[in-house]
Amino acid sequence: MPSERELRRRVRSIKNIQQVTRAMQLVAASKMRRAQAAVLASRPYEERLRTILNELAPYADPETSPLLARREVRRVGIVLVTTDRGLVGPMNVNLIRATLRFAQQQPAASFVAVGRKGINQLRRLRAPVTAEFPGIPDRPSSTDTNVIARVAVEEFVTGKVDELYLAFTRFVNTLRQEPTIRRLLPFVPEEEDRDDQPVLQYIFEPDPETVLNEVIPRLIEVAVFQTILESKASAFSAQMVAMRNATDAAGDLIDDLTLSANKARQSRITKEMLEIASGAEALGKG
Amino acid sequence: MITPERKVYEEDVDMVVAPATEGYVGILPHHAPLFTTLGPGEFKVKRGGVEEVLAVFGGFMDVRSDRVVVLTDAAEHAEEIDASRAQQARDRAQEVLAAGPASAADEQRARAELQRALVRLRVSEGRRRRR
Repeated sequence: MPSERELRRRVRSIKNIQQVTRAMQLVAASKMRRAQAAVLASRPYEERLRTILNELAPYADPETSPLLARREVRRVGIVLVTTDRGLVGPMNVNLIRATLRFAQQQPAASFVAVGRKGINQLRRLRAPVTAEFPGIPDRPSSTDTNVIARVAVEEFVTGKVDELYLAFTRFVNTLRQEPTIRRLLPFVPEEEDRDDQPVLQYIFEPDPETVLNEVIPRLIEVAVFQTILESKASAFSAQMVAMRNATDAAGDLIDDLTLSANKARQSRITKEMLEIASGAEALGKG
Repeated sequence: MITPERKVYEEDVDMVVAPATEGYVGILPHHAPLFTTLGPGEFKVKRGGVEEVLAVFGGFMDVRSDRVVVLTDAAEHAEEIDASRAQQARDRAQEVLAAGPASAADEQRARAELQRALVRLRVSEGRRRRR
């Protein structure tokens, strides 16, 4: 059993750690609230744009819209969105594992890595990485993310990859974030309830081609932006939870150690008392 | 009317006038399905005899017989616009254009900036006039 002094010293050092984790928890909590608000606010926009594109898709001609072109899949591109820093619990590990498993099922895969964690991991594995984007700001603007979209679209349009996927951690709620892999390109309209809905006779201005050639790239940009927002909200939520757990664990540890220290103190006092008592007894007898 | 940041406007309205890229279009109830790209401009909404004006900057409009959905990169209510800032932006852009911009990209940026500033000014002035 460690000495009483040793125990007290450990309690002090754990208290310091607890202060740090509590501070990080509070910082993460405030960033989390902002990031969650941002992701929830932008979801309707993305969903609406997706619905619209679904409705417009029958008017599209894959010949003139290269982003709709379906090809035989020889190589897929994966945009892997991780965090720059750790301390987010198992979030990055889970996502990278899911992504690699997915990549293995494909004939061949290359990556666009967003976030230092993913960049480092892919480098270690010597995976083919076409572009790296470290240091996306905590409150990203679409300017920050459009670069990523542009690179990804370029890969697809030039035929370097035949399908393009987004791998990110979808924000469900503060306690739940899900590794998600979603196809971005080619854009294929969802088939659901297509038959019972009559295709509307849309008037296009200026014309269907121009309109679609604006809507599709826009959707791609928005989808990438949304992905980054999802990841940010997930990261801060995971970080907040991880730091709260650490703070709680430190508290438990402090309680345990304080109890041990008190026990050690008590047994020391008892021992001293015994020694004094037996000493006095010995004197009295003599 | 939705932007990536928020829902800007959602009401039952009698008529909208939107800045389509090909010119302003007015939409009344039971309009034929129409899909159009929007340019920067004034987006007018009439509701019970009252007209409201918003500034929109690009995007798309999806018209059905009973609803109009606008997806735009940015949109502002008249009262949200800071007229003095828009004025400064206009002056700055005009200076750049007058001085001869360094590159084609610069010129384009200044022109876009100028256009946005002008839309903001028109929308916010329109509000003051009506009051």
